[in-house]
Amino acid sequence: MEYVIEMRDIRKEFPGIVANDNITLQVQKGEIHALLGENGAGKSTLMNVLFGLYQPEKGEIRVRGKKVEITDPNIANKLGIGMVHQHFMLVENFTVTENIVLGQEPRRRAQVDIKSAAKKVEEISRQYGLRVDPYARIEDISVGMQQRVEILKTLYRGADILIFDEPTAVLTPQEIKELIQIMKRLIAEGKSIILITHKLKEIMEVCHRCTVIRRGKGIGTVDVADTNREELASMMVGRDVSFTTKKEKGNPQQEVLEIKNLVVKDSRGIPAVKGLDLTVRFGEIIGIAGVDGNGQTELIEAITGLRNAESGEIHLNGKEITNLKPRKVTESGLGHIPQDRHKHGLVLDFSIGENMVLQTYYQEPYSKYKQIKAPEIFKKANQLIDQFDVRTPSVHTEARALSGGNQQKAIIAREVDRSPDLLIAAQPTRGLDVGAIEFIHSKLIEERDANKAILLLSFELDEIMNVSDRIAVIYEGKIIAIVNPKEVTEQDLGLLMAGSKRTGKEEN
Amino acid sequence: MRLQQILFKLSVPVIAVALGLLVGGIIMMSSGYDAFYAYSSLFSVIFTDPYYIGETVRQMSPLIMSGLAVAFAFRTGLFNIGVEGQLLVGWLASVYMGITVEGVPAFIHVPLAILAAAAAGALWGVVPGYLKARFRVHEVITTIMMNYIALHVTNSIIRNHMLAPGERTEDIQSSASLSSLFLQEITDYSRLHYGIIVAILAAVLMWYLLWKTTTGYELRAVGFNQHASNYAGINVSKNIILSMCISGGFAGVAGAMEGLGTYQYMTINAAFSGVGFDGIAVALLGANSAIGIILAAGLFGGLKIGALNMQAMAQVPPELITIVIALIIFFVASSYLVHWLRNRINKRGKI
Repeated sequence: MEYVIEMRDIRKEFPGIVANDNITLQVQKGEIHALLGENGAGKSTLMNVLFGLYQPEKGEIRVRGKKVEITDPNIANKLGIGMVHQHFMLVENFTVTENIVLGQEPRRRAQVDIKSAAKKVEEISRQYGLRVDPYARIEDISVGMQQRVEILKTLYRGADILIFDEPTAVLTPQEIKELIQIMKRLIAEGKSIILITHKLKEIMEVCHRCTVIRRGKGIGTVDVADTNREELASMMVGRDVSFTTKKEKGNPQQEVLEIKNLVVKDSRGIPAVKGLDLTVRFGEIIGIAGVDGNGQTELIEAITGLRNAESGEIHLNGKEITNLKPRKVTESGLGHIPQDRHKHGLVLDFSIGENMVLQTYYQEPYSKYKQIKAPEIFKKANQLIDQFDVRTPSVHTEARALSGGNQQKAIIAREVDRSPDLLIAAQPTRGLDVGAIEFIHSKLIEERDANKAILLLSFELDEIMNVSDRIAVIYEGKIIAIVNPKEVTEQDLGLLMAGSKRTGKEEN
Repeated sequence: MRLQQILFKLSVPVIAVALGLLVGGIIMMSSGYDAFYAYSSLFSVIFTDPYYIGETVRQMSPLIMSGLAVAFAFRTGLFNIGVEGQLLVGWLASVYMGITVEGVPAFIHVPLAILAAAAAGALWGVVPGYLKARFRVHEVITTIMMNYIALHVTNSIIRNHMLAPGERTEDIQSSASLSSLFLQEITDYSRLHYGIIVAILAAVLMWYLLWKTTTGYELRAVGFNQHASNYAGINVSKNIILSMCISGGFAGVAGAMEGLGTYQYMTINAAFSGVGFDGIAVALLGANSAIGIILAAGLFGGLKIGALNMQAMAQVPPELITIVIALIIFFVASSYLVHWLRNRINKRGKI
């Protein structure tokens, strides 16, 4: 059997660590090959070696049976290897076509021939079923379409081996479905795909074979047809992982959060939350399910004081908190794990210790008479790092240097430790691997069992179904249904999220 | 590990200074001057001759103050290009207090005049701070404009209300003066004054404010990430204004160094003094840290004063030292390029 890509015994070291320890990866023509591993296992390093961004210390790479030296990405491009990056490399205020041809513009005399470029883009997009508007500006199109532009970029450059780096991390469930269709279409047209991911569901759905790496070492390659989720998970993590979150029946008590007829405008001044009512009780987890852009972000920002409400009331513990400043809201007993951990959750240039007291630095014992008590801060930080298993060289390390999962654990440690009456968790597991997800879910349930209330926002239906005690479906700025996760199917929930009524009957 | 980090941080300015002197020397030689003689006459006096030592230290105090002003704003994510204007209003305020307040002892009069300078500079800094916090007007533009307003307003006030013969104000009362006969005597009658003590105290104050107080924690947080600060309940607008206020206060005291120390009066200025802009260079070379700024001010002060002897002995025009200073700044700035290249090469595994 000839492989289109064969990476044999690849070893790559960085000062202090071995990122890839003799890993072998063999990709057959026309297959979707998954590269599975936890955050920081060495997947991206291996792919960067293949793409020419890193040079390996040892090992050889063969493309279509021929031994090659890939010393920079241009060589990878010439060999027909294209990479679809997780963080898109697009010029925001250029059009789709301009982005695709960037660096290889067709010219007519001294001018860029944008018309014939657009034509070619349309041709390729029709061939592979990649729906885009060649003349739309990147800043105006959805994340899903931006990703299709990234794929088109590689195809335009003649790639037939495509590397997808965690492509679904930024997509909504609907967009994930479309992407899976696109990938199937690509291999039907004779392309080969390497899919970097830690989402087992996607592997089971589209991949043919799967190579697992753990802490820089190759664990093995398996046929997806012969395996199951549990086996893949334990190969990846190195121990058994449970998927259905263990939890006892909740014991909901009196109300902690009451929202009445809330109206909130988005940044463009258009109402995004339109007369929303919601109640959350002590000792329960309420999951908010909905398609992105139905007012979830604005709702959470209004509760936490980051955005002003136009009208309506928010009560926390019987006290009105509508349009209070964030600090007053926090002091009233609210914790918030924000959606965007880099933008809101952490000061990346602060040490992890300083980040642990982001809301409490002005209180004793962390400061007294406005003087910072550094020893107290770092003592607390060390305690939280132990308790929540945040892996960091020290409390003095910049938050920027930590992996995404550990950054998220640090935020959760900080928020949970203040033991707020209501904890808002917005996409708390986005981009994390199963081990970290399991940990975070168990922490949320622990808080619930300690009789706290949790408002969980997530775009992952699995997460909502697994963790919540009640599910509130948000659609066009209103809660249109409250359902029990044990009595609803994913299909019904999907229909509700699309705006159909409770019974799930189709209404046109 | 810690020592290694400190050495690493030091390597950038040290290499930049060495390269600046080297290239400056090459320029001297190519213009037909004896570079070795020029440098030796420059450095010998600023380390051995009491008069030049005194003048160097005198030159340091306004440089430290304006460096602190730039660095403080920078630590909170703001570019205060208006140090020059804040310095001018501070200078005038200190001289005004020095002239008009009569019959108070020095231990009240001097602090009073310095505080007046700080207040005037702070006021000049608060305006751009407020415009930034309230209307999102970029502080670089407003601070530059405030410089011109300061230049002409101070000139106008002196011309119309405080004019003495010679296009200047009267001298301040001796009770407001920072000058010291003792310091002058031990430095061969240089113009050295007590301002250096004020400047070093200010450097300690900046370090303390930024790293040891909750205010400093807030200012730094806002400087790094406004969104996260807002999320954490820190008032971002208040901190932007406060930062410009403190920065302007430091700059105002830089003016007091000139008004109460070196000159004892203020002249009508045809152009900017330049000390405010030198502050940017000092802060850059000093990596925005209190200690670094003191060292950088010492270097620039020494080069400027030593240049006078270089001219006398080796006939090299002192403008060449301005070129050397510019080169040092150039190499500090490009050291980030060197870092970047090094990181990149390390990443690729090609050492």
